[in-house]
Amino acid sequence: MSAESKIVSMHEAIARHVPSGSMVLMGAQLEPMIPFSAGHELIRQGRRDLTLVGPISDILFDQLIGAGCVERVMAAWVGNVSEGAGYCFRRAVETSIPRRIDVVDYSNFTLALALHAGALGVPFMPTYSTLGSELLKKNGNLREFSSPVSEEKLIAVRALRPDAAIIQVQRADAQGNAHIWGSLGVAVDGARAARSVIVVAEEIVAPEVIASDPNRTLIPGFLVSAVVHEPGGAHPSPVQGYYGRDHKFFAEYHDETRELGAFERWLEKWVLNVPDRQAYVEKLGAARATSLLPREHAYSAPADFGD
Amino acid sequence: MGQTNASARSYVAGELMVAAAAREIANKELVFVGMRLPLLSFLVAKRTHAPEAVGLYENGVIRETPSRDMLYTMGDPPNLQGATFCGQMIDVMSFLQRGRVDVGFLGAAEVDRFGNLNSTWGQRAGEAVRLPGSGGACDIACLSQRTVVLLAHERHRLAERVSYVTSPGYGTGERWRREQGLPQQSGPSAIITTRGVLRFGSDGEAYLASVHPGVAVEEVLANTSWTLRVADHLDETEPPSAAELRAIRELDPTQFWTGQR
Repeated sequence: MSAESKIVSMHEAIARHVPSGSMVLMGAQLEPMIPFSAGHELIRQGRRDLTLVGPISDILFDQLIGAGCVERVMAAWVGNVSEGAGYCFRRAVETSIPRRIDVVDYSNFTLALALHAGALGVPFMPTYSTLGSELLKKNGNLREFSSPVSEEKLIAVRALRPDAAIIQVQRADAQGNAHIWGSLGVAVDGARAARSVIVVAEEIVAPEVIASDPNRTLIPGFLVSAVVHEPGGAHPSPVQGYYGRDHKFFAEYHDETRELGAFERWLEKWVLNVPDRQAYVEKLGAARATSLLPREHAYSAPADFGD
Repeated sequence: MGQTNASARSYVAGELMVAAAAREIANKELVFVGMRLPLLSFLVAKRTHAPEAVGLYENGVIRETPSRDMLYTMGDPPNLQGATFCGQMIDVMSFLQRGRVDVGFLGAAEVDRFGNLNSTWGQRAGEAVRLPGSGGACDIACLSQRTVVLLAHERHRLAERVSYVTSPGYGTGERWRREQGLPQQSGPSAIITTRGVLRFGSDGEAYLASVHPGVAVEEVLANTSWTLRVADHLDETEPPSAAELRAIRELDPTQFWTGQR
């Protein structure tokens, strides 16, 4: 009786669901659980003219921009969270290297509201945020209007409906019903707003495991087009309960991507000359991977769903 | 005063800024916590005078207890383990827009005489430099009851007028925020720099409220691009207490954050 499995390789998921020119949401949970392995596959498959959507994206967007995959970025912040600047982002904006990109500046809240409107299927959400700011003047998706029910000015944040949302999760079943815990950011609304969802899971579990804790099911499987089983897929960002943030990797990226040539060498080493995530994890080495494992487990108390 | 010179002091400027920022938080307040020095300030307040302050993080986290480790980002596993609440960004932003957040912390590349902040476009040797952008800063600046800004006190950072208003302060003066439609009870309350603390008059313009130990008023004025007003009763910023320093050094043992810039 069970429906056909949606589990595919990362190569296949990206090949099928994220063509060039797509609007893609990644980094929905902010600094943790960034789908780096999916981003690297987009680079390897030579995607072009992507529109990237994501509030923070901690160096993933920088890499995609540096690799020439990106036409437009709709984000609140692009860079390296623990180190500062993203050099590829700066090169692209300041000097159009490797190409000119269009940056649509949001705040975190307005980006969240854009996806919330997309999730609700309405054209916009109202807010007071960005009133008086330059973001309001420059971002055409933020429009001032008079409240129809009170004497107030408000901002209408236009709905965003990404073509694809790539969401990293702790565990999912073969249908894509997914458990996420920890930092959620805009993942729930992002998955609902998108036209297709790729779930990248550290673990594939039986449907019974998902159904044992339905409050933790934040993405229902019927939204999901593909499920990728990809242990270590978020490195160097953390996945709560699976591995910590590899702070040193972010520092190394900062030091190793300052110049264009250096970035190109970095890209060859960590993306272009690596066939897939398994090879990436092997390249990282057992010692480094082990050093990122949780020092001790901290399980939540079970919730009793007894009837 | 001025009897202590720099070399005799037992703390660095970053530590003084963190302690001063921590004191802007009252016990039991709801605090929108940023990153870097602001994050450290909140954690220091929690460990010293404001143990019941509640921290909101824009990734959707609410925390009432300090995390046990130093954080590089608000989404680091130690900040999620033991949190009170992990929801969506929109959940914590709803408290902000609802007017429930007492104080929010912000950093910036530039601030001007009316407390407007720029974290989108900078200048280096006459060239425009693209900075990472707002993050949640614009939201916090618009919607938090009070905002506290931390930045290095350099002439080009304290600009007469910021080139890009990422996060609005008092705009061009007194009634500006109301004219824009921003919430009535909102706006910057302090700018804590490496040289002193600035506060705001009822006209929305910043004035020098205190200088840090060993810093001359002239030095502050020389490193500010506009003619900065000085309080009639100028204070000296209270140095970090032993308890504050202990908390700061437990949270940032290698001076990763407090030793910078």
